[in-house]
Amino acid sequence: MKIRFPWLVTVLLLGYAFLYIPIVSLIVYSFNESRLVTVWSRFSTKWYAELLHNDPLLSAAWLSIKIASINATLAVILGTLAALALVRFGKLRGSRSLGVMITAPLVMPEVMTGLSLLLLFIALEGVFGWPSGRGLTTIVLAHTTFSMAYVAVIVQSRLGSMDRSLEEAAMDLGATPVRVFFYITLPIISPALIAGWLLAFTLSMDDLVIANFVSGPGATTLPMMVYSSVRLGVSPQINALAAIIVVVVSIAVLIAAVILQRQAKNR
Amino acid sequence: MSKLLSYIGMDGLNSRSRHLIVAVPWFWLVIFFILPFLFLLKISLSESQLAQPPYLDMIRGDGEGLLTIFINGANYLLLLQDSLYVSALLGSLKVAVISTALCLIIGYPMAYAIARAPESRRMPLLMLIVLPFWTSFLIRVYAWIGILKNNGLLNNLLLWLGLIDEPIDILYTPIAVYIGVVYSYLPFLILPLYATLVKLDNTLLEAAADLGCRPFKQFITVTLPLSMPGVIAGSMLVFIPVVGEFVIPDLLGGPNSLMIGKLLWTEFFSNKDWPMASALACVLLVALVVPFVLLRHYERRASEEGG
Repeated sequence: MKIRFPWLVTVLLLGYAFLYIPIVSLIVYSFNESRLVTVWSRFSTKWYAELLHNDPLLSAAWLSIKIASINATLAVILGTLAALALVRFGKLRGSRSLGVMITAPLVMPEVMTGLSLLLLFIALEGVFGWPSGRGLTTIVLAHTTFSMAYVAVIVQSRLGSMDRSLEEAAMDLGATPVRVFFYITLPIISPALIAGWLLAFTLSMDDLVIANFVSGPGATTLPMMVYSSVRLGVSPQINALAAIIVVVVSIAVLIAAVILQRQAKNR
Repeated sequence: MSKLLSYIGMDGLNSRSRHLIVAVPWFWLVIFFILPFLFLLKISLSESQLAQPPYLDMIRGDGEGLLTIFINGANYLLLLQDSLYVSALLGSLKVAVISTALCLIIGYPMAYAIARAPESRRMPLLMLIVLPFWTSFLIRVYAWIGILKNNGLLNNLLLWLGLIDEPIDILYTPIAVYIGVVYSYLPFLILPLYATLVKLDNTLLEAAADLGCRPFKQFITVTLPLSMPGVIAGSMLVFIPVVGEFVIPDLLGGPNSLMIGKLLWTEFFSNKDWPMASALACVLLVALVVPFVLLRHYERRASEEGG
C-alpha cells in the first residue's frame, strides 16, 4: 500500500532529521580545529591524534570492551537457557516465575538496579568474602543480569517461530537431544544469538549508571570516563571519540544486517 | 510417540536436564535480581551513620546473647514530610507523563508512516530508527549540549533566520530535558507501535471506506482503537525508565531540575545516606509497579489478539 498522505512523508523526514542531526553535528565538529566546540575554524584531525595519546581513556575503553565481551557471552548462554525454558518447558515448575523475572529488568530504572545490586555485593562480601572489592567481576554480574533479559526476548521469538519438524526428523533418526540441539536447533537460532550478543555487548558498553554503582575506585569504564569529562565541560576529544563509535557501530550493524538478510534468503 | 513427547518438551531429554535448563537462569535472577531488592528494602529501614558501611545493622546484639531487631521508619516519614522528596517524585512523574505524550505525538505518525510504506521499504526505515539506539546513549545526550547552548547550533540558526534577536536560554531548562528525553526514548515507542500497526487488518479500513467513512474518521474509529495495545506498550516502555532517569536531567537540566533518579544519585554519592537512597528506590518501585502490571496485562492481550 502506498503512502497516501504527503504529510506523513514530511513527518517521517522531520523525525529522522531529529534523530540524526545531533549525531551528524558531533561528527562534523570532531574535525573542527577550534577548541570552542560550536565555532567552526578549519578542518583538522588533531583531536583524533590527542585521543590516541589519552592513556586513561584508552585503558577505560579496553576495560569496557573486556566487560562487554564477557557480559555478552554470559548473557547469550543464560538468555538462551531462559528462552528454551520459557518456549519449550513452559509447564515446568519455576517457568512462570522465570517469565515474570526475565522481563522485569527490561523496564527497571537503572538507578534502582544499580543501587540494589551494590547492596547485595556488599552483603555477599560481608558473609562469604566474595566478590572481594568491586570492579570487573561485579560490573559483569550486574550487566549480565539485565542484558540476559534482552537476549531471552530475541531468542524466544526465534524459537517460537521455528519449524520443529527438523528436530523431530533428527530425533526419529536416532540423534540424542544434545546432538539435536547443537546440530539443528543452534544453527537455526544462530541469527538471534548473534543479534543478542551484539545487543548485550552494546548495552554493556553504553551503561553508565549501573557501572558507577557497582564499580570500585580501581575500575573506570569508558562511559564513566566520558561522563566525568563531559561534566567538566564540552571537549572536542569527546566529539572525536563519538565519531569513532558512530562509524564502528554503523559498520557493525550494516554487516549484521547483511548477514541476517542472506540467512533469511537462504532458508 | 516422539511427536507427543515434543509437545511436552524436547523429546527424550530427561527431566533432570530439563529442570537444569529452567533452574540455571532462575537461580541467577533470584540471586541477582530478587535478592538485591530484599536488601534494598532492609537497608531502607535501617538508620544511617557516618561510617563504613554507612548504616546500622537492623539486628544488633547486646553482647549477652540477646538480639534485638531495630526497624527504623524514619526514612519513609522524612520522604513524606520533606517537600523536596515529594516534589522530586511529582516532578519525575510530570516529566514522564509529558515526555510520553510528546513521544506519542511525534512517534505515532512515524510508526504509522512506516507501517503504511511499501513492504520492501519498511525494514530499511525501521533500521534507521534503531541505528541511533546502537550508538552510545551518553554521547547522544551530550550532543544536545552543543546544539542547545547559548552559542550553539540551534540559537545560531534562529538568529540567522531572524526569528530571535539574542540567544535564548534552552540548555539547563526543563525544555532541554524534554528534548533529550523524547530524543532518547522515541525508538522505544515507535517499535512496539509499528508492530501493532503493521498487523492491522486492511479489510476493516476498506469496509469503513465502502460504508462512506472519510480517511480521518477511519483513523479515529478503526485504526486508533485497534492500535491501543501498541500505544500502551510503547508508552510504558517510555514512561517507566523516564521516571527514574538520571543522565538526561543531570546533563541537560539545570541544577534545579528535580527528578527522583537524580535525587537518589545525590543522596547516595554526595550525601552518602544509603538508607535514604534505598527508601527513595523503594518508593520509586511502588510508583512503578502499577504501570508495570498494566504493561504485562496489555502485552498479554496484544499477544492473544495477535495469535
